[in-house]
Amino acid sequence: MVDNGVSFRIFKDNLFKWSLVLVSFLATVPLFLILFYVAKNGISSFSWTFITHLPKPPGEAGGGILNGIVGTLLLIGWSSLLSIPLGITLGLYLSEFREGFFSYWVRLCIDVLQGTPSVVIGIVAYAWIVITMGGFSLFSGGVALSLIMVPMIVKATEETLKLIPSALKEASLALGVSYSKTIFKVIIPSGLSGIVTGILLGVARVAGETAPLLFTAFGNPFVNWNPLKPVSALPILIFNYASSPFPEWHQLAWGASLFLVTIVLLLNAVSRVVIRKWKVQF
Amino acid sequence: MFYRSVWNPVSGDFGAFPFIVGTLFTAFLALAFCTPFALAISLLLGEYWRGTTWSGILQTLIEVPAGIPSVIYGFWGLFLVVPLIRSLESKLHVAPYGVGIFTASVILSIMIIPYAASLMIETIKLVPYDLKEAAYSLGATRVEVIRNVVLPYARSGVFAGILLALGRALGETMAVTMVIGNSNFIPKSIFAPANTMASIIANEFTEASDPLHLSSLIEVGVLLFFLTMVINMIGKAIIRRTVSGAYG
Repeated sequence: MVDNGVSFRIFKDNLFKWSLVLVSFLATVPLFLILFYVAKNGISSFSWTFITHLPKPPGEAGGGILNGIVGTLLLIGWSSLLSIPLGITLGLYLSEFREGFFSYWVRLCIDVLQGTPSVVIGIVAYAWIVITMGGFSLFSGGVALSLIMVPMIVKATEETLKLIPSALKEASLALGVSYSKTIFKVIIPSGLSGIVTGILLGVARVAGETAPLLFTAFGNPFVNWNPLKPVSALPILIFNYASSPFPEWHQLAWGASLFLVTIVLLLNAVSRVVIRKWKVQF
Repeated sequence: MFYRSVWNPVSGDFGAFPFIVGTLFTAFLALAFCTPFALAISLLLGEYWRGTTWSGILQTLIEVPAGIPSVIYGFWGLFLVVPLIRSLESKLHVAPYGVGIFTASVILSIMIIPYAASLMIETIKLVPYDLKEAAYSLGATRVEVIRNVVLPYARSGVFAGILLALGRALGETMAVTMVIGNSNFIPKSIFAPANTMASIIANEFTEASDPLHLSSLIEVGVLLFFLTMVINMIGKAIIRRTVSGAYG
């Protein structure tokens, strides 16, 4: 007997490999199902009026999601305004001062903040802003979303700036350039692609966030530009209309879903291109 | 409040025990569904297909779902998964709600696969070639190398990946809220409707007019925060230990 069960072992090996392949591709099926469903149901409600009109009351077909689109853009604007300067500053600090008591605690806080469920962040923004200012508002929604964006931007900035060789910084300092100028003219421009990627991913993430907006931005059937008044957003609109019993509203929600998925996936794709094209390399 | 089992805003009873049970049930069931898939994907990407075209394609297909907003998962689940589960339930002769813990876990597991897999891939890639080659030279087949060398070596990283996915699953709100059926009682089976800590907050927060109701919801939020924080911390500590062990 020469075989010693070798052919059985090889058979087991192949069986294992192909079952891995099968299971892995099974895991990608839901993705296609989601994209197919959203596209199939959403494409029919897509038209020019869909993105330029307000929703109609239940029972009437047609109408659009203008309030959601404007709301989402405003929320992204406010949260970027609040989180980008803070995020880049913190990331810069953490990459410049890697050791030390304060850095350790900042890093720990950012880690905790990153792992915090978004619904809890909504509660925090509610307690900070909504109660203090006496009502649901665009501003409180922006604060909630910025709390989600800050850790992402900090991480991206820190990771990128860490890759920049210290020789670059030292060369600049050796030429007599001041420290602040070195940071603004040498360090940040060299790491710009990583920072931009972090911001894009942050925007893509908060564009789809619903839970923290439910009790901060709250939703609004009309277009609103006032930061002290409630606004709608695409995810809130999808949630409210999807849970409603009216088929016309379901149709609006499918259209809004297609719109949102397209934007979010585009942002993700752009950030991948940015990473690949402008990769920080020395 | 965390061990009392009646939650009734009308009579002013706020016991969060049903939601703690609901959260743990959904999260662990989702982990049980997602682990085999995540492990298979990470073995393919980290070991079998490392650096091939196929691995790039699969990698992209795994990463895209992480970008899809959770409300879309919920909406899709409500209109596709819920009817499927309903027909499954009537075949199994349990009450065909469609919505419930089981449905929520299925959707959650789809959502957390990317998070679990990405960390597992990294740790499986860290397994030193020397060890694998030593096993091959002794005549081991690939599956034997994976079982006896790769998995034992990457064990703690795989565990950390599962923990981080758990942290994600515990806090996931919208998709769960839309398909879990919103029942404020302790679930009797895995097909029963329930509520998780996150979904009860999302459902009742804006309607809470009684200050005690609002405070109770915020307390549920505090518990959720500490739970996810502890799980994430343990996960990150394991990662740090694994990475420094592999290089040091």
